[in-house]
Amino acid sequence: MSLNSNIPEGKLEEKWIKYKSTVPLVNPSNKRNLEVLIIGSGLAGASAAASLAELGYKVKCFCFQDSPRRAHSIAAQGGINAAKNYQNDGDSIYRLFYDTIKGGDYRAREANVYRLAEISPNIIDQCVAQGVPFAREYGGMLSNRSFGGTQVQRTFYAAGQTGQQLLLGAYSALQRQIGMGNVQMYNRHEMLEIVKIEGKARGIIARNLITGELERHFGHAVLICSGGYGNVFYLSTNAMGSNATAAWKAHKSGAYFGNPCFTQIHPTCIPVSGDHQSKLTLMSESLRNDGRIWVPKKSNDNRNPNEIPEEERDYYLERRYPAFGNLVPRDVASRAAKERCDAGFGVGSSKMAVYLDFKFNMMRYGRVEANKMGIENPSENEILKLGKDVIKEKYGNLFDMYMQITGENPYETPMRIYPAVHYTMGGLWVDYNLMTTVPGLYSLGEANFSDHGANRLGASALMQGLADGYFVIPYTIGAYLANEISVKPESTDHQAFVDAENSVKETIEKLLSINGTKSVDHYHKKLGKVMWDKCGMARNAKGLQEAIDEIKVIRNEFWQNLRVTGKANEFNPELEKAGRVADFLELGELMCIDALHRNESCGGHFREESQTNEGEALRNDQEFSYVAAWEYSQNNWKLHKEELKFENIKIAQRSYK
Amino acid sequence: MSGNMNLTLKVWRQKSNKDKGNFEEFKVNDISPDMSFLEMFDVLNEQLISKGNEPIAFDHDCREGICGMCSMFINGRPHGPKEGITTCQLHMRSFADGDTIIVEPWRANAFPVIKDLVVDRSAFDRIVSAGGFVSVNTGNAQDGNAIPISKNDADIAFAAAACIGCGACVAACKNASAMLFVSAKINQLAHLPQGQPERMQRARAMVHQMDKEGFGACTNTGACSAECPKEISLVNIAAMNCEFVKANVVDSHE
Ligand SMILES: Cc1cc2nc3c(=O)[nH]c(=O)nc-3n(C[C@H](O)[C@H](O)[C@H](O)COP(=O)(O)OP(=O)(O)OC[C@H]3O[C@@H](n4cnc5c(N)ncnc54)[C@H](O)[C@@H]3O)c2cc1C
Ligand code: SF4
Ligand code: FES
Repeated sequence: MSLNSNIPEGKLEEKWIKYKSTVPLVNPSNKRNLEVLIIGSGLAGASAAASLAELGYKVKCFCFQDSPRRAHSIAAQGGINAAKNYQNDGDSIYRLFYDTIKGGDYRAREANVYRLAEISPNIIDQCVAQGVPFAREYGGMLSNRSFGGTQVQRTFYAAGQTGQQLLLGAYSALQRQIGMGNVQMYNRHEMLEIVKIEGKARGIIARNLITGELERHFGHAVLICSGGYGNVFYLSTNAMGSNATAAWKAHKSGAYFGNPCFTQIHPTCIPVSGDHQSKLTLMSESLRNDGRIWVPKKSNDNRNPNEIPEEERDYYLERRYPAFGNLVPRDVASRAAKERCDAGFGVGSSKMAVYLDFKFNMMRYGRVEANKMGIENPSENEILKLGKDVIKEKYGNLFDMYMQITGENPYETPMRIYPAVHYTMGGLWVDYNLMTTVPGLYSLGEANFSDHGANRLGASALMQGLADGYFVIPYTIGAYLANEISVKPESTDHQAFVDAENSVKETIEKLLSINGTKSVDHYHKKLGKVMWDKCGMARNAKGLQEAIDEIKVIRNEFWQNLRVTGKANEFNPELEKAGRVADFLELGELMCIDALHRNESCGGHFREESQTNEGEALRNDQEFSYVAAWEYSQNNWKLHKEELKFENIKIAQRSYK
Repeated sequence: MSGNMNLTLKVWRQKSNKDKGNFEEFKVNDISPDMSFLEMFDVLNEQLISKGNEPIAFDHDCREGICGMCSMFINGRPHGPKEGITTCQLHMRSFADGDTIIVEPWRANAFPVIKDLVVDRSAFDRIVSAGGFVSVNTGNAQDGNAIPISKNDADIAFAAAACIGCGACVAACKNASAMLFVSAKINQLAHLPQGQPERMQRARAMVHQMDKEGFGACTNTGACSAECPKEISLVNIAAMNCEFVKANVVDSHE
């Protein structure tokens, strides 16, 4: 099958406007007969479920947590971008579009990214209307801050809890539709298979996680909004339950997987403290607005950071990238931290950390406050105290979180941070309509590959999830469903449902019958280590080839020596984990295959073989200016390429110097 | 890096809703003070699996204090001995070597036990469905800056909106009242212009649903707020009572 991205004709700025006014519509009485299944209740899933139900479709929504409000989106901290230009600092739709394409190192599709930038202002309006309490200035207007990879202030936020507030907004819209009977919500349910009839997605098999029962659900269309797969690395900033299973089952049912190796390693996370570590905690990128990153100039310097004088500190980001300084994009900042630590300049007991220091800006804010209050000749301590209050107001919850985890006080000593797996740009390949290569099967939010190329800019995932759910899918799904109005709901006794359910049952029985000696976590940790060492921040051909072989070995062992306690027909979290790790063990291999084939560096994908003399990522546009879309067949993969055409942006070597 | 704390755990085990349940005792050794409470449970569960026993079921997801999923009642207090944090944010440095720790699920009629430490909190979702929203369909919004909102109001709304829906307030209350949770949502929206049109109706509908779910009455003991990991203020309850009275007055005039 050849890949068609279905990008509308016409000028970039007119594509979406024209599309919206010409897309076929479904009349209200027909909508009532069309059923849509939505897997996921995060920003993408909840906003889609609420919006489609408002339009009149019959919606069923699924999530594995005990409430849709607990989807992983809840944990997003820093903010959401929108091209509002409220700050009058030169922002525009074009500039957000440009920053996103450039930030993604020219590996995203122009038309999709432009649409995203175009929609972004509506998202803020919608959220404000729902009662999302964004941060405000004293004059009552919305407040903004900066994020990496941009030189304007376009990030809207609610302290360090932006994802929570946005998700609660979408959740309340969803609960409203649930209350009205327009959405049926299935909490504590896990989708485990796609049902296809005559080539089209027509339903799912889901497991009721409380009773263990397998359920069949019919839908005229199925939306995969199941989030990212960063947990393939075992340790990441994702929630413990975040997983790839829904996307992976979709992939194995025929949906191509786009750019699986594009992983984002976030520069500012709390470092690993020991073997017991179950997850890593992000310290939001917004902290880089006011925190300066440094290491000692002397290697192996064990002095207390407060005792290291200014001239003996290396503010390496400011040194290497004077134009963007501490606000370079994430991939650049992460690699720079790794470079310093590998060279022996790391700090803390593990030496795998750098400092994020707020003192300088605390003093700066403190002086401003002292001026405002008319305090003459304030002492250094007075200034510091006033400055601390400002920092507390901006990032208090993050500082508290840091203190809880490390037992150290970041108001007094600099934070210790190190990069960690955070986000996956790769995902199910979708066209302009957000449809995968399986008709009727869509993917939204982090689960799809679409808008961020090889590196996502901060505060753009929330924007994308909500754009997809509130403003894109309501239009694009009509293009498909307008031709489905005469399709009657298929009985779930159909052979396709029976077969799909049997295959799920078989897998579960197999997992429970191995009766080996090692736990699920044992294999997950092993996989994670291989992925981090060989398919992490720096990759090379030799390591990737080894990783592919090693993953196969781990997978074999898993299926021979796994121990899952408990039974199929009961609440059994070990069984849930086992199924997810089984899928990670396949996805991990594909990630390495993709990373091996892409013999260039771009964004978060750094191939050691392909770098400039200064150690920056070196793209190879001649050979790799495409999306790699992998087709699954019989435990093997076939590569398809979607050429990327840049008609509105001049493609250049990315520079933040 | 393992540590040097040895602990005794008395954990509530209950196979299902129909089972009666009982405490079971476990020993865990070499616990590091840097572990989180849930990571200590991971160690215990690995230990159980390696002996072929069933691990203890508990709810958790984000492990950073924001999803509201974790819910352990530790030594008689929801989310354990420290204030302003969730179970997943509690670290073993808050305990001493040799301690005995008692761990139970949330206990309330409206939160039936599913298994071990896992309870069903869907009553909270139904309360939100009854009125915890602004009725605005996608696409109906005006410019975000069209209505200025004073920073003070925005901050109050935000403080109330910080509730993570964990249910610790209910677990802490001797009457198993859900007033703190419900009042936080009502107050968030009452402080914003967007919340005004449905203000009265919202308070009525949410309180009505809360009663229907079988939560107890509020007797102003304040345990909820004291144990709330997000330190949601008791002021919300007082404000909600005002809202509710107003709503009923309006009701009787309608
Ligand atoms: C710590 C952290 C901080 C972040 N901060 C920011 C930020 O400041 N700004 C920003 O723009 N982005 C941020 N991000 C990224 C952003 O939060 C995510 O990319 C985004 O929220 C993903 O939303 P989603 O709707 O696609 O998926 P999720 O929110 O992950 O939701 C997935 C949903 O799918 C369900 N699900 C999954 N599998 C199944 C299955 N098999 N069956 C049934 N249901 C299933 C889950 O239950 C859940 O409801 C952050 C990410 C992390 C980890
Ligand atoms: S009010 Fe506090 S204790 Fe109650 S649900 Fe909300 S966050 Fe939890
Ligand atoms: S696990 Fe999310 S709040 Fe504790």
